[in-house]
Amino acid sequence: MSEKTDNTAYWNANISLLWKLLIVWFIVSYGCGILFVEALNNISIGGYPLGFWFAQQGAIYTFVVLIFFYVFKMNALDKEHGVAEE
Amino acid sequence: MELQYLIYLFVGLSFVLYIGIAIWSKASTTGEFYVAGGGVHPIANGMATAADWMSAASFISMAGLIAFMGYEGGMYLMGWTGGYVLLALLLAPYLRKFGKFTVPEFIGDRYYSTTARVVAVICLIFISFTYVAGQMRGVGIVFSRILEVDILVGLGIGMSIVFLYAVLGGMKGVTYTQVAQYVVLIFAYTVPAIFIALQFTGNPLPQIALGSEMADGSGYLLQTLDKVLVDIGIKEYTEPFNNKSMIDVFAITIALMVGTAGLPHVIVRFFTVPKVRDARMSAGWALVFIALLYTTAPAVGALSIMNLVNTVNGKDGSGTEYTQMPSWFKTWEKSGLIAWYDHNGDGKLQYAGGKALVGKPKFDGESRGSHGERKVVNPNPKAAPVGNAKYANELYVDRDIMVLANPEIAQLPNWVIALVAAGGIAAALSTAAGLLLVISAGISHDLLKGTFAPGISEKQELLAGRIAAAVAVCVAGYLGANPPAFVAQVVAFAFGLAASSLFPVIIMGIFSTRMNREGAIAGMLVGLTFTMGYILYFKGIFITPMAPNTPDNWLLGISPEGIGSIGMLLNFGTAFVVSRITKAPPAEIQHMVEDIRIPKGAGGATH
Repeated sequence: MSEKTDNTAYWNANISLLWKLLIVWFIVSYGCGILFVEALNNISIGGYPLGFWFAQQGAIYTFVVLIFFYVFKMNALDKEHGVAEE
Repeated sequence: MELQYLIYLFVGLSFVLYIGIAIWSKASTTGEFYVAGGGVHPIANGMATAADWMSAASFISMAGLIAFMGYEGGMYLMGWTGGYVLLALLLAPYLRKFGKFTVPEFIGDRYYSTTARVVAVICLIFISFTYVAGQMRGVGIVFSRILEVDILVGLGIGMSIVFLYAVLGGMKGVTYTQVAQYVVLIFAYTVPAIFIALQFTGNPLPQIALGSEMADGSGYLLQTLDKVLVDIGIKEYTEPFNNKSMIDVFAITIALMVGTAGLPHVIVRFFTVPKVRDARMSAGWALVFIALLYTTAPAVGALSIMNLVNTVNGKDGSGTEYTQMPSWFKTWEKSGLIAWYDHNGDGKLQYAGGKALVGKPKFDGESRGSHGERKVVNPNPKAAPVGNAKYANELYVDRDIMVLANPEIAQLPNWVIALVAAGGIAAALSTAAGLLLVISAGISHDLLKGTFAPGISEKQELLAGRIAAAVAVCVAGYLGANPPAFVAQVVAFAFGLAASSLFPVIIMGIFSTRMNREGAIAGMLVGLTFTMGYILYFKGIFITPMAPNTPDNWLLGISPEGIGSIGMLLNFGTAFVVSRITKAPPAEIQHMVEDIRIPKGAGGATH
């Protein structure tokens, strides 16, 4: 495979990963934290109404996990497509 | 030891540390001055990014905002952390691969246009000065109260410290100072939070304590708080959209997230790591360090409002006599950030829903009322009992004091109070330094070296950078002495402007090979003009507002704080349309875009 087409494949794989992660990012913060907060507040975990928990705690934890998942996946992609740094 | 001496000691020691680091890490090349030589470890860089970015607003104001807003405080929490996902996924690795010194430099090269670069510098300078004004106001608040000096003297001390490590050490000095400042500020933030969480719930982890049961067995903390607030005529703490509509919360969260990802002093921090891989990792670490404070803040907010209500209204809820109020109340009253007007004339303080005063307190000089309180001349005539409250609200509390006063309200040991003082100062100084540095780099590297005097030597450029930093410190000091509005509000504007101007052009520069010079410039100008215009129209910074700042007047019900999200959309839209009706960018630019998408071959930062 030529370098050019491999770079295209790498970029497409990257974009598809980005979309997946950004969808999770959106659902957790804007979805659970804002749009559906009232419905989720009917459920409680411990003393937290669930929607309130997402808005003030849960979204942040998810963001951290998302970034490290991305780092892990991208490092693998870099290697797989031979574009990793020395 | 007495509190005041402990504060001098803690704050003094932290200053010695910062200055020592500045001397140790003095920058001698432009590479060290702009990007710390490009060799910062991702974890250290994450810490520096966290300190750079967690400003006086995060440290001093945010928990206070949450305390008075309840659920809606979540928009700050999500907004100011969610942006790091965008940074890590969409910006940091590519800008690192690009491998230059500044954000305008990327925009200038990518859009093959000096005009685009200059427009970007103007955006950057505008954003940074707006933001730094808030920081300097933070420095002023902390110093005047904590060191008990005049606000101008306090500002002068703060400016000198920042001057020393930003001008001398450049990015290298700032980076390592910020690592130290992060440690100081996170320690200062979490220690009192743990103490207070223990007091209320017996659980030391603030993140868990907020969802735990009260130590006195009165049920879950949040439910107790909801009830306590409803009893005094304030809406439930956990109930969404009490003060703001859903669309406004949505728009503000977008503006804050995208703004975070577009703030030049944050972006530039990813130029300082050795590799593309490190830039991704570094964004992750930055968010971990930020999350430590941000997941603690909701507990601090909730516990501080609970503490305040309990202390003021007393055990039986009938109020506390002014003469019986603890000393923190009187010190803050002296600084004008707390005021009491005895609406029902019983000599007791009561806190409830509604406003005690019309606007901010206006004091009758230093004259005292019959109970010894500072006389306020602007009581709210409508401060009658609200809803099912037993009495009118008599208390004015500035939100900015909640974090600083909290340890005193909770009667924590003096060293904790001193620690919080040092932390607040560290937060404000680290962000101010980061901002001053991007301003200085914008002027010396982008305007001077990149545009008006390309022939200058590295030595001359370095000198120009230091002079620019020095001038910027002075301007920042002036803005701190004459702040346009209160801390968090000013900072929200900087985010709106970053969201509507810089973020879209950087994203399009990476993800679209078709985006051209004309599109980018038009997009930036439209986004910036719209957002600034909207904010000035309703808020009237430096001018008189042209319309009352009320939801009825807002576009789609979006407040000036959230309008950056619309500005961002306008930027994207304009850029798309203009780029499609003008010529595609030259082939070498399209190759450059393809090249920055591939991590391989990222060298050190060059100019």
